[in-house]
Amino acid sequence: MTPHPLLEVRDLAVEFPTAEGTVRAVKGIDFTVERGRTLGIVGESGSGKSVTSLAVMGLHRGATVTGSAKLDGTELIGTPDDRLRALRGRKMAMVFQDALTALHPYFTVGDQIAEAYRQHFGGTRKAALARAVDVLGDVGIPEPARRAREHPHQFSGGMRQRAMIALALSCDPDLIIADEPTTALDVTVQAQVLELLMRLQQERGLGIVMITHDLGVIARVADEVLVMYGGSAVEQAPAEKLFTAPRHPYTRGLLDSLPRLDDEDGAELRAIPGSPPSLLAPPAGCAFHPRCPAYAATSDGRCTGDRPPLRTVADGHRSACVLDEVTA
Amino acid sequence: MIGYLLRRLAAMAATLLIVCALTFAVFYLLPSDPAAQFCGKDCSTERIELVRQQLGLADPLIVQFWHYVRGIFAGQTLGTGQYAVQCGFPCFGYSFQSAQPVWALMMDRLPTSISLALGAATLWLLLGVGAGVISALRRGTWIDRTLMIGTIGIAALPVYFTAMILLYLVVTVAGILPYPRYIAFGENPVGWITNLILPWITLALLNAAIYARMTRNSVIETMAEPYVRTARAKGLPERRVVGKHGLRPALTPVATMLGMDLGGLLAGALITESLFSLPGIGKLFADSLNKSDQPVIMGVTLLASFFIVTSNLVVDLVYAWIDPRARLS
Amino acid sequence: MTTETLHAADRAQPALSDALLSVRDLGMTFPGARGVLRRMPGVRAVDGVSFDVRPGETLGLVGESGCGKSTTGRMLVRLLDPTAGTVAFRGQDITRTSQGRLRPLRSKFQMIFQDPFASLNPRQTVQQIIAAPLRAQGASSGEIAREVRDLVQLVGLAPEHLERYPHQFSGGQAQRIGIARALATRPELVVADEPVSALDVSIQAQIVGLMERLQRELGVAYVFIAHDLAVVKHISHRVAVMYLGRIVEIGDKDDVYQRPAHPYTKALLSAVPLPDPAAERARERIVLLGDPPSPANPPSGCTFHPRCPKAQARCREEAPLLTLTTRAQQVACHYPET
Repeated sequence: MTPHPLLEVRDLAVEFPTAEGTVRAVKGIDFTVERGRTLGIVGESGSGKSVTSLAVMGLHRGATVTGSAKLDGTELIGTPDDRLRALRGRKMAMVFQDALTALHPYFTVGDQIAEAYRQHFGGTRKAALARAVDVLGDVGIPEPARRAREHPHQFSGGMRQRAMIALALSCDPDLIIADEPTTALDVTVQAQVLELLMRLQQERGLGIVMITHDLGVIARVADEVLVMYGGSAVEQAPAEKLFTAPRHPYTRGLLDSLPRLDDEDGAELRAIPGSPPSLLAPPAGCAFHPRCPAYAATSDGRCTGDRPPLRTVADGHRSACVLDEVTA
Repeated sequence: MIGYLLRRLAAMAATLLIVCALTFAVFYLLPSDPAAQFCGKDCSTERIELVRQQLGLADPLIVQFWHYVRGIFAGQTLGTGQYAVQCGFPCFGYSFQSAQPVWALMMDRLPTSISLALGAATLWLLLGVGAGVISALRRGTWIDRTLMIGTIGIAALPVYFTAMILLYLVVTVAGILPYPRYIAFGENPVGWITNLILPWITLALLNAAIYARMTRNSVIETMAEPYVRTARAKGLPERRVVGKHGLRPALTPVATMLGMDLGGLLAGALITESLFSLPGIGKLFADSLNKSDQPVIMGVTLLASFFIVTSNLVVDLVYAWIDPRARLS
Repeated sequence: MTTETLHAADRAQPALSDALLSVRDLGMTFPGARGVLRRMPGVRAVDGVSFDVRPGETLGLVGESGCGKSTTGRMLVRLLDPTAGTVAFRGQDITRTSQGRLRPLRSKFQMIFQDPFASLNPRQTVQQIIAAPLRAQGASSGEIAREVRDLVQLVGLAPEHLERYPHQFSGGQAQRIGIARALATRPELVVADEPVSALDVSIQAQIVGLMERLQRELGVAYVFIAHDLAVVKHISHRVAVMYLGRIVEIGDKDDVYQRPAHPYTKALLSAVPLPDPAAERARERIVLLGDPPSPANPPSGCTFHPRCPKAQARCREEAPLLTLTTRAQQVACHYPET
């Protein structure tokens, strides 16, 4: 075994210049993904979860990325694009949300997968196409040889997302970053795709970063969870702990506001008041304080001072709330 | 696919027939007397009547129309007795002005128009698409801004103004090039180019500006598509990401527009040909309009419609070939 | 069995005397694409849908994409004219009435849409948006001003919001404006088509809570259309599950959710991930094969049979009727759970 974790992200920050000013989309986050494990990153719109994944892949355009992200010990941030390219698609691959727009409409599914394979392993077009048919079969697409010759628009939604996963798997990567991979799918199809990802992880020892707004999906697949809010990590914990003993008021609010199939009848949803923060004019201090019941009760000055960092609150459990001793 | 093609061809034929009928009807409504025109000056009334008989102008309109259409495919015999003239396939009649067969007149002028259209199109594609792609990929830089300001300026220039300035500077003042006249490519390739370069530039500049702006928008839009991001995520080099995954969809609408423009241009660039006195279809049309030379106007109108309808079909076929989503099952 | 007999069977069930809305045999066939010589066969988006909504209750309409739930919703408020069946509001058929005769009734049923921004005129202020339906009713400007002020407060917005434009609001706030507009005419029924699915999780609960409170205070009935089974469970009294244009199961929420009788309902419920890792691991899950089929080319017999874990030969040939089972709900299945 190599001594490095598969993916080690330290103090990753992403800024975008916009017409209305600089947007600090991600404000210094840390996380680690081990082989064969799944890290879930959960957050609402504007939390910075998707930007984080693009920054790790080096797919951010026009953004300034600082900090460090090491894939198997190799630094990704600040590495010239031609060196990163050798890793992209080969060692780390991405599964995007909407396969209909993420796959190219002009080329057959087989060609698109074969292209990635040839880029990293060379060989003949024929051999690459055979490889494409193999992976299409691996992800459970019936008659893969025939389907490989079809275009994405000829696939059903679920089959298309499987093809997207096949593309990501084609070069046998160590890390898969999946950005809302099931959000565009029906719930019965979502179940199939999640099942598939978990099976592939077991077979191949993949490390997975699962980015989603859906806490149910996180609960099903994640070993470790990072909760993001307003560009910062507000809580990080093993999945079990996060759901049974959440520490940050935002995580608690999120869980309380979620209607559940296993709810008691007549249980009232406790909504979080207000709206997610503006990226252009984020609140000072803790980004959550304007919506936070703990801050409303205490008006603690620390909530509006410096942005609170993640602190260890229990074994393997970190939270960014300065009022933890109050809320715990 | 075969069925689709047949349906399209039938629709094309119907369109051409309608164009033909409309043009016919317009001439029927006009006050001028074709027979008198054909006969020329100082024609006696009897002679005009004879000409009318010979040309079949005394027949009812629908019969004339039928003869005309049949003539295009089967040829026809115009006039009777000793004056009978066999007008072979494809028969578009004879010019009232020169008494030449319209078909021969058009075929004589066509090489000029084709030379002009293809040369100009090549030039504006190179300039316009090149500038558009560079602008899009260097979006927001000084290159982008310079190119886009330039295109606005060029697009604002009227064609005749460009032609006059070019003629004055290049031919009159500098004397680098001869005054343009048409020389067949087979005859003298260098002469073909040196004589046509000014008309090409004149015709290409405006289109290059329009194509540059269109290409720029299309490329910017396409490069923001999720599938382009996927191509990058696969680890493809940027050259391939842009060239294969970005430019192909981005240039599809450009190809569509080119097909339409070429179709129109093959039928003659009226203003440019007139400005440079080039003997193309456009010039032929302008001259025949001046002289109310009905058979020539009819012929050129039909030829122009044919080019436009055909280029429409070609564009649709090319589109289906490029974009599988447009293919018919 | 043909749809003819299915409809006959549906017709057999008596309309509830106290029903606010009675839907019988509702059908929508969209015309097929026109070719050069012939028209493609039509797409049967909704087929033989029947249900009742009582005053003040919420009927949840759930199903996956393409199941016809949104089309049904649009027909309920006559944004779409059905090609078959009837919708009766307080006993009066609204599917065949002229728009003129419909107008006095129109104010009694309203609709809320998924994308709050797309359904609000960007050039109107909140004041103008909410006042529009009142003005259409011919209220005086004094009444309108008072009503609008009340409505805005009722949905949890502040009076200073009245002079702003939709783009100045967040998604959740914009949906509140849509709700205020829908409630302006004091409707008895609101059809809400995926009203929270475009919103962030933390905002969804606000809107669901608001709708529940408004129902308690105003007694308005909802037809709540959504693909999210947890949200539907939370807000509904009764639930109808749709698959490929038909209702496959309908009944009281507890019956449908606790003891689903249709294999599809069962699979659907088991597919929803619970936000609880321990429960997730312990759960028995039915993973269906394939995607929902296209309504343009529905399978024979019971349209669910190609994906059904319990399908038998009979299911391929015969479409099951919606009938009462040993359980309290109605179910369209030859071999329901007992």
